[in-house]
Amino acid sequence: MTQASLLRQIIDYSNRPNPYPLYAELRNTPVVREPDGAYVVSTYWEIESLLHDPRVSSDARNLSVPPTDDLSEPEAQSALPPSFIRLDPPEHDRLRRMANRSFGPPHSPRRINDMRGELAEIVTGLIDGIGDTSRFDLVDQFSYPFPVTVICRLLGVPREDEPRFRTWVDTLVTGLDPRRGDDEAERNRVSNEARTQLGMYLAGLVEERRKKPGDDMLSQLTTGTHGADGSMTTIEVITTSVLLLIAGHETTVNLITNGMLTLLRHPEVLQRLREDPAYSVPIVEELLRYEPPVQLLPNRTVLTDVDICGVTIPKGASLWLVVASGNRDPKRFSDPETFDPDRGDIQHLGFGSGIHSCFGAPLARLEAQLALSELARRLDNPRLLEDPPEYRQSAVLRGPRHLALACDGIRP
Amino acid sequence: MSVDGFLQRLRSEGRIVVVGASLAGLRAAETLRAEGFTGTLTLIGDEPYEPYDRPPLSKQVLLGRASAEHTALPRRRAIDAEWRLGVPATGLDMAAKRVRLADGDEVPYDRLLIATGVRARPWPNEAEAGLDGVFVLRTRDDAVALQRRLAEEPRRVFVIGAGFTGSEIASACHERGLPVTVAERGDAPLVGALGGVVGRVAAELQREHGVDLRTGVMVTRLEGDSAGRVRAAHLSDGSEVEADVVVVSLGATRNTEWLAGSGLGAGPRGIACDAGCRAFDIRGIVTDDIFVAGDVARSPHPLFGYQFLSLEHWGNAVSQAEIAAHNMLSDSVDRRPHMWVPAFWSSQFGVSIKSVGVPSMGTEILIAQGALAERRFTGVYGYQGRVIGAVTFDQTRWLEFYQHLIETTAPFPPPFPTVDRRSDGQRPLPADFPDPSVPTHGPTVTLSGYSPADRRITFTPGRH
Amino acid sequence: MRLVVDLNRCQGYAQCAFLAPDVFAMHGDESLLYNPDADEAQREYVERAVAACPVQAILVDQVETPAGAAAGAATSAQEAPRER
Repeated sequence: MTQASLLRQIIDYSNRPNPYPLYAELRNTPVVREPDGAYVVSTYWEIESLLHDPRVSSDARNLSVPPTDDLSEPEAQSALPPSFIRLDPPEHDRLRRMANRSFGPPHSPRRINDMRGELAEIVTGLIDGIGDTSRFDLVDQFSYPFPVTVICRLLGVPREDEPRFRTWVDTLVTGLDPRRGDDEAERNRVSNEARTQLGMYLAGLVEERRKKPGDDMLSQLTTGTHGADGSMTTIEVITTSVLLLIAGHETTVNLITNGMLTLLRHPEVLQRLREDPAYSVPIVEELLRYEPPVQLLPNRTVLTDVDICGVTIPKGASLWLVVASGNRDPKRFSDPETFDPDRGDIQHLGFGSGIHSCFGAPLARLEAQLALSELARRLDNPRLLEDPPEYRQSAVLRGPRHLALACDGIRP
Repeated sequence: MSVDGFLQRLRSEGRIVVVGASLAGLRAAETLRAEGFTGTLTLIGDEPYEPYDRPPLSKQVLLGRASAEHTALPRRRAIDAEWRLGVPATGLDMAAKRVRLADGDEVPYDRLLIATGVRARPWPNEAEAGLDGVFVLRTRDDAVALQRRLAEEPRRVFVIGAGFTGSEIASACHERGLPVTVAERGDAPLVGALGGVVGRVAAELQREHGVDLRTGVMVTRLEGDSAGRVRAAHLSDGSEVEADVVVVSLGATRNTEWLAGSGLGAGPRGIACDAGCRAFDIRGIVTDDIFVAGDVARSPHPLFGYQFLSLEHWGNAVSQAEIAAHNMLSDSVDRRPHMWVPAFWSSQFGVSIKSVGVPSMGTEILIAQGALAERRFTGVYGYQGRVIGAVTFDQTRWLEFYQHLIETTAPFPPPFPTVDRRSDGQRPLPADFPDPSVPTHGPTVTLSGYSPADRRITFTPGRH
Repeated sequence: MRLVVDLNRCQGYAQCAFLAPDVFAMHGDESLLYNPDADEAQREYVERAVAACPVQAILVDQVETPAGAAAGAATSAQEAPRER
């Protein structure tokens, strides 16, 4: 084979601006075996069914070949045990239920809803502070600081510590990419180091909250009891808050930036959003289908041989679910390559599905709806200065590193 | 006249009558209009209300979180119908193609859909059933009356029958802080629908929440005071329970009496129809102008050996109504079979219980995931070496996987490991359904009819 | 506004309970309770919930319902709801 495998091409940075033609090619063979033995699934129904298949495991300990090149998850070999995203039931369910206790219904049904006012204030402040409208970077000035501020407040992490944890988080996100072969050991070491550092930093905050609890999630995870589930150990609080801190902003920043980029490429949709902020609701759902911030779910495995589409995925094989490809599967969506918030049927895989479906989905939805409707309303005649923009390295958490914009002014 | 010409006329100016103005009737009417029917559409309902949703009546309504007067079903589209509400149908003249109404009117039809559903089975002793404080729960009016009485904080509520409705009522009473006693003829709640293994979990759930659950007993008598108010229930074990509210929850009776003598194949077990929802007449010949949908229908299901299934399931009513409506307007080759895989849900004591397939056909059960003791588990039912049903307690997201196993007649026990397999799941247990000759209170699936010993089919359901 | 949830489809993702907490509530980890006749003031929230439902199980009125329908009673054929 002279050509690199499709997965390698997808991971290749040069294809970051537009991986979708590669996904279309990938879908010609719904289940592909990579040269290294990994299996890549790219069609909607197959992904959807695997996400509900109890023979599929998220626990790296069930991989027959341990992820020596640290394909997906720095956590697997870190000094810290895995967080619930990399665990199976019953441990996954127990930890997720406990985390949910201070986040959502049934125990905290209004927590996210009650943050609406606060979210709006943060958005207003950031847009007011844009400054030079002849050229500004939406990522640095808006898409990144917004969700970071929100997750810091929710968790109870001091906002001013962001420069400290940003370095570790950046390293960890880079480590998510399946870059086979290149200096694995070193990448691994760096990722582990970053995760340990982040964990130690959060451990310090946990100690403070234990002495003096506030009404933030960190305090509630630390001091709360959870009915029959008991309470979290300190290590569990740390692994959970590492997960929530990273997942709480690294995906939303892409959702917002991908969103603004898509709207600027579809001016008629942007115009309608400017007139009708409620249009942000279907826009965000369609974005989650059309440009999902998490493109693929890496490195699950199977507990037994599983037949799908005439292919047997052997027990212990590494399994990759390309949700961004499933979202554009013409067997599921009509006219899938068109961005159409009015399509009505938008049952996307953008937040996954099944027991691991995105924990923070409702918060991400509210953040993106508010961010996009306010950007549409307040930026006067916004324009893209570079298209395509410069992308971040990651093929998994895909989004622009910078989005250079100009506008004629900021409306009140 | 060609068939095509007839269908075209039917679609543009025909007369379609739907008897039964509840979920199935409404969804059928909407489907008829959606498929281009522009003729006269008449909806006949015995209750004076437009179509409303029943499941909330035993849940959020009894909890006081929603009002029984406000569960009217949302509309998918305008149906431009003649409504005849509060007027039950009393007869059918198949030859003249007319439905007789209680007010003496007759309504002619070219195509008829019967979706008259079921009603609560009343307490068999009429005098006792008439005591003040004795309720059933099926209709909006039932729910209004019961909810009003519960709001007066009775000293004790006595529930007869621990099927799904009875258990949900007990759950609501518990949550309202009302002392509640449940009497069940079987060995455990839900035993008719889910078997003894799962029934024992339901029993623990009730007792843990302070429900005074009495199993293996029958209620022999309801006793009233001098003012005609119920004051106590007497049980077959000789005990007596004082209660000022009694809810009779003994399952349902099919509304087919109005069809007596019509020549249609209707009886206490419902109206037999083919997989295309066409009703059989008493000669066993399928009609071509009378269709059936919802709780009142019994139709052969290819996935379950072509047995005639009657399903009192919400989703079945919707699906069957849509199929019936489509087939009413279609040529035979364009007709679709009703092959909905049975599925239902219940919510009680804060637990979501869901099921697919026909658990009550199962002879064995494997706790494939989770643990009975934690009340979070997935049980898989086996029948003659294949997967025939599944139930989840708070593990809904796995259910579609097991539905797929049912649809593909996968082997039982499933020959593979899964996540969350515990010691419970090491081997199948007898599912422990009661002897079918000893009726329990209100199973939701009734099996009957012709049953070929071993017939397999390829069954590929439509996706969503 | 009228609504109904197809609880066969519902898998307890709770998006609706997050986004419209005055209309939808989780009862335990996976059971959903909802108000089938939500206040009109809740429409914006309900529509967010409808769009966010991962299994598209929430149905709200697609057409205006007959006048007086919320009160529900139609005591005779003459007073029965008559649609456009």
